Amino acid sequence: MRVRMWVIVLLLFGSALPAYADRRSDAKDQVEFGITVAQRGLWKEAAYRWEKATELDPSYGAAWNNLGIGYEQLGRFDDARKAYEKAMEVEPNNTYIRNNYDLFREIYDRQNRRRDR
Amino acid sequence: MTVRTAAAIVSFAAGIGLAGCSSFYEISVETPIQAKIDVSAFQRVLVAGFLTGGAKTIDANTETARLLRSQLRSKQDMRVIDTDVLSLVDEVDRQKGQAPATATDAESKIKTDKDLEAYEQIFSNAEYWKKVGAEYQSPLIVTGSVMFTEVSKSGVVSRPTSMPNEQGLEEYRSVRTYSDMKGYALAPKFVFIDGRTGAQLFSETYHEEALYPSTQNTPALSSYFELMDKVLPSFLNTLSSQKIRGSRVLLK
Repeated sequence: MRVRMWVIVLLLFGSALPAYADRRSDAKDQVEFGITVAQRGLWKEAAYRWEKATELDPSYGAAWNNLGIGYEQLGRFDDARKAYEKAMEVEPNNTYIRNNYDLFREIYDRQNRRRDR
Repeated sequence: MTVRTAAAIVSFAAGIGLAGCSSFYEISVETPIQAKIDVSAFQRVLVAGFLTGGAKTIDANTETARLLRSQLRSKQDMRVIDTDVLSLVDEVDRQKGQAPATATDAESKIKTDKDLEAYEQIFSNAEYWKKVGAEYQSPLIVTGSVMFTEVSKSGVVSRPTSMPNEQGLEEYRSVRTYSDMKGYALAPKFVFIDGRTGAQLFSETYHEEALYPSTQNTPALSSYFELMDKVLPSFLNTLSSQKIRGSRVLLK
């Protein structure tokens, strides 16, 4: 009985793996394209690509990080904060994400202090 | 730059050094910062004048108006009205039924923040500002107060000092010494008023200090400009958008 249960678990896990790998691969394509267009200054298109990537694979920290940067460039500060925070939730030990977030917060907090006045 | 920014930049640089083959791309960014108030309804801006107090060494009213006018002329689109600077201290006195100050005691009326408070009521006098606005075809009015005071402080400071090492070569070391410092504090408050209605649109207060060794003789006017330099970007950002340059790391 126990062995059968393990077999079922392994089968389920095994069949899920290719699907996950596909999603991550598609998300990676979107992320890479987003980087290419961002390097040409096309932030709107880049943000669209990274949105797609996070939809395809919500556990992809790099996609959330890039989306945070994209939103920041478009002046969508509240969305940027959420994206960065999601990136840190997914990859809490990634120092790049933490540094990007810290630099963003510097500006975000300043902007919000203004709104409060 | 705050400690948080400095820490972020240092660890950012260290991270890039360590991460040899990670998939990351450093990218230059220009984060847009919106103007604090919408001034699209105005074609003109009038820097009216300021309540000033503190040190008598400079004419803060004239200097501030002149500096802001020249900055506004070069860094935003509204036409800057050129006119005599108003003496708001005299105006408040007039409204109170008191005799305006003479040339000799003009600045001495406001010495402390408490003195200033008594005069600040003029910023909420909509009728007065509406009248001023009507004279100049309803511009955006910039006014406020500027406290420029002398400060002196004593304490331990670190200074790089050159001294010979064991090999007899000169090297710089940070030496902590007790020192007397003196300088100036600048506390400007900028008030933006709608010249059509006299209503206050926005106001913002700053505080900056510059301290120098007591042996150094720094002219008050140069210290005033040094301190105003720190405040000007934020003042200009009230009326026009700005972009903050920096860099971020895109990840793959």
